[in-house]
Amino acid sequence: MKLKTALLGAAAALAFAPAAHAERGSDGEVKILYYQAVSTLNAYLSSGTKDVEAGSLVLEPLAGFDQDGVLFPRLAESIPTVENGGVAADLTSITWKLKPGLVWSDGTPVTSADVKFTWEYCTAEGGGCAQGAKYEGVKSVDTPDDLTVVVNFEGPKPYPYQPFTGGTAPILQKAQFANCLGAAASTCTEQNSKPIGTGPFMVTDFKVNDVVTLAANPNYRDPAKPAFATVTLKGGGDALAAASAVMETGEFDYAWNTQINPEQQAQMEAGGKGKFVNAFGTLVERVEINMTDPSAELAEGERSTTKHPHPIFSDAKVRAALSKAIDRQALVDIGYGGAGRPTCNLVPAPAYQASENTDCLTQDLEGAKALLAEAGWTDSDGDGIVDKDGKKLSIVYQTTVNPVRQDFQALIKGWWNEIGIEVELKAIDPGVFFGGDAASPDTFQKFYADVEMYANNFDGTDAEPYMAQYLCNKIPGPENQWQGENVNRFCDPAYDALVKELSVTNGIEARGALVKKLNDMLTKDSNVVIPLVDRGRFSAQSNALGGFVMNSWDAELWNAQDWTRVK
Amino acid sequence: MTEITLEKPRSQWRDVWAQFRRHRGAMAALVMLVLLALFVLVGPLIWRIDPNFIETNTVKMMKSRNLGPSLAHPLGTDQLGRDMLARMMFGGRISLAVGSVAMMVAIFIGTTIGVLAGFFKRLDSWLMRLTDLFLALPLLPLLLVMMMLFSEATAAVLGPRLGTFLLIVLAIGVTSWMQAARVVRGEVLVLKEREFVLAARSVGTPGRRIILRHILPNVLSPVLVAATLGIAAAIITESVLSFLGLGFPPDFPTWGRLLYDGIDSIRTYPERVVWPGLAISITVLSVNYIGDGLRDALDPRIRGR
Repeated sequence: MKLKTALLGAAAALAFAPAAHAERGSDGEVKILYYQAVSTLNAYLSSGTKDVEAGSLVLEPLAGFDQDGVLFPRLAESIPTVENGGVAADLTSITWKLKPGLVWSDGTPVTSADVKFTWEYCTAEGGGCAQGAKYEGVKSVDTPDDLTVVVNFEGPKPYPYQPFTGGTAPILQKAQFANCLGAAASTCTEQNSKPIGTGPFMVTDFKVNDVVTLAANPNYRDPAKPAFATVTLKGGGDALAAASAVMETGEFDYAWNTQINPEQQAQMEAGGKGKFVNAFGTLVERVEINMTDPSAELAEGERSTTKHPHPIFSDAKVRAALSKAIDRQALVDIGYGGAGRPTCNLVPAPAYQASENTDCLTQDLEGAKALLAEAGWTDSDGDGIVDKDGKKLSIVYQTTVNPVRQDFQALIKGWWNEIGIEVELKAIDPGVFFGGDAASPDTFQKFYADVEMYANNFDGTDAEPYMAQYLCNKIPGPENQWQGENVNRFCDPAYDALVKELSVTNGIEARGALVKKLNDMLTKDSNVVIPLVDRGRFSAQSNALGGFVMNSWDAELWNAQDWTRVK
Repeated sequence: MTEITLEKPRSQWRDVWAQFRRHRGAMAALVMLVLLALFVLVGPLIWRIDPNFIETNTVKMMKSRNLGPSLAHPLGTDQLGRDMLARMMFGGRISLAVGSVAMMVAIFIGTTIGVLAGFFKRLDSWLMRLTDLFLALPLLPLLLVMMMLFSEATAAVLGPRLGTFLLIVLAIGVTSWMQAARVVRGEVLVLKEREFVLAARSVGTPGRRIILRHILPNVLSPVLVAATLGIAAAIITESVLSFLGLGFPPDFPTWGRLLYDGIDSIRTYPERVVWPGLAISITVLSVNYIGDGLRDALDPRIRGR
């Protein structure tokens, strides 16, 4: 009898122990710093990461991405696949089931009508939805019952998980936003600053471009969460001040996007109040090689067009030599520290589609010289610059104005000089470089240089649209006002065929294998793209904040419901 | 028989120099400026490190980064292991050259327009409206547009460095002549009515000669003052352009660019901002003081008091 009581008592203690630790609202206030201040909480009205991230505390999608880029259900009961019947065999529709008993923070039930309304909201005429790409190819959304949503696509969709997933496509409450369709969207200030959501927190006060205060959502689906009673989300300052506020003064628990130079990283971490957290996504700093002739002697309209192949870089060996001469680890150590890692891949993540391509990671100056010699480039007049048929190997290397990029330029120029290549550097205002103005000679699409360096990534986890940028028909030129995405002017029928195959292949593994192949064709096989550094998200986290998991595939605040105060 | 002691005839410039030497600030500034000029002109002949030299061997390069002052690198090295002293000298050459040449361009345009406007009544209103027009133009955007439109063309003809140099100098020159033009015009308007000019005119001296013989020597003092101030403004404008990435190519150090590059590491290595900043400040300050001294020295009413 005694034993039984004791056991019961122990069991009761065990059962209650976790609850006692993680009771809703037991951990007080958590302070978050986004140095770019939040201007709206409605992700559909802003393409700014900071707004999407802040909104993710309140609004949730059907499914989100975890730290490995794997989809997990949020409002949905499970992830639909072809195997479990959620995705139609012909890939033209996907059926989501909502978790039963879900309620909004105002206590009303979440239904499939809200999901359908969200689609209508983003695709409404005149609304200017910032996340329209998420709903591209959606023909209709059906709601057979209160908990079932069927998304019908215009054609077969091998990757049907675009709509209603991730922090950029959250579900809005129909009742609240019913009058905000189309052109009225941006006039609904009250709704956009205090949306009613299903997430762990709800807005109590919103000062535009300054501070957002939130309180725990009393109707959150897990009664024990969130542990924090209130959230203060402050804006303002810069990356350095933000890092300092967490790492040195300890005023904040978490600061977003604290990209500072490696020495400052080390200095701040020595303070011991917090740590930097990183997560690597798909943002890759790379050198792109121009396959066409950018010579200023050519007529305007012929320069950097497919009419004139590049006189030097048409030889794959020269391109390979350029890549071999670079020490990527040194670039990371100097420019990014914990915020970067060396890579040879254009698609460095998620793991299932990242190629095992690591040959470029060791610098090989001798090998690079040998490659140039094999290609017929030798230093015949002894001036340190290789030449061939009386022509010197001299190239123009452009990028944007940015301290890290200028350091990279200087370093890479040094290595290329070492193997006998003359390099002229050029730095262009980023507004002009990325501005896409067809009249400007300095845009990255026009590419009036031999090589150029910048960073690019793709949204979400599926690389298909990204790989499709290198198709022959995406080459920028005067006939399309220089608007193509294939800035290298790379054109390979075998590559085009493989992209076509990708567009009809279903299944994560099979697609991953194809993406790997495409990635290798652009990088190690042809060296048309020379990837340098995989740049991750980089934020500062206080040691007093527990449960934080960095994520590069969704909002960084994706698991705010699991955060706790470390005592 | 009394011996008459004749004082040696004194030239005007000797007087000016004597007066200038009494201005302590100006003398100190002159010494500083000469030292700076020696530093950038003679320095590189003694200190023979390439300002753009980076170790190609990564291991060595990593060790040579961010070094403090030492015998091998008196001002330390930057984040890529480049010698800061060599960069300061090389950068100073460019900054001072840009400053003086741009000033000459501006003064030449300004004086010409000022004298023409002051001397010829018919041209006056046209030229002054032109001056007003230039004064009303927002200069920085204008400079940016000029750099963007013409940098490629000049680089193609003269090479990227000389092309940029010429373009920057011209751009600064044609956007900073207006003050000089106004000052000179005012002086000329006054001088034109003075007796010696009337006398010259009455004996039939042609306008060209009146300007060259009688007017120009008398407007010299405002022109010189405007010129010294112009050098300072040109150095600062070049720094601004470098700062915005529209100046010289990125591997071409100037004081302005060194300052810009240093900002990133201002917390960890403040000296990287301090040195170029100090050099720019000293140059600008000395040039201003010299201008001040010159103005006093060139004014006969102050001279001798």
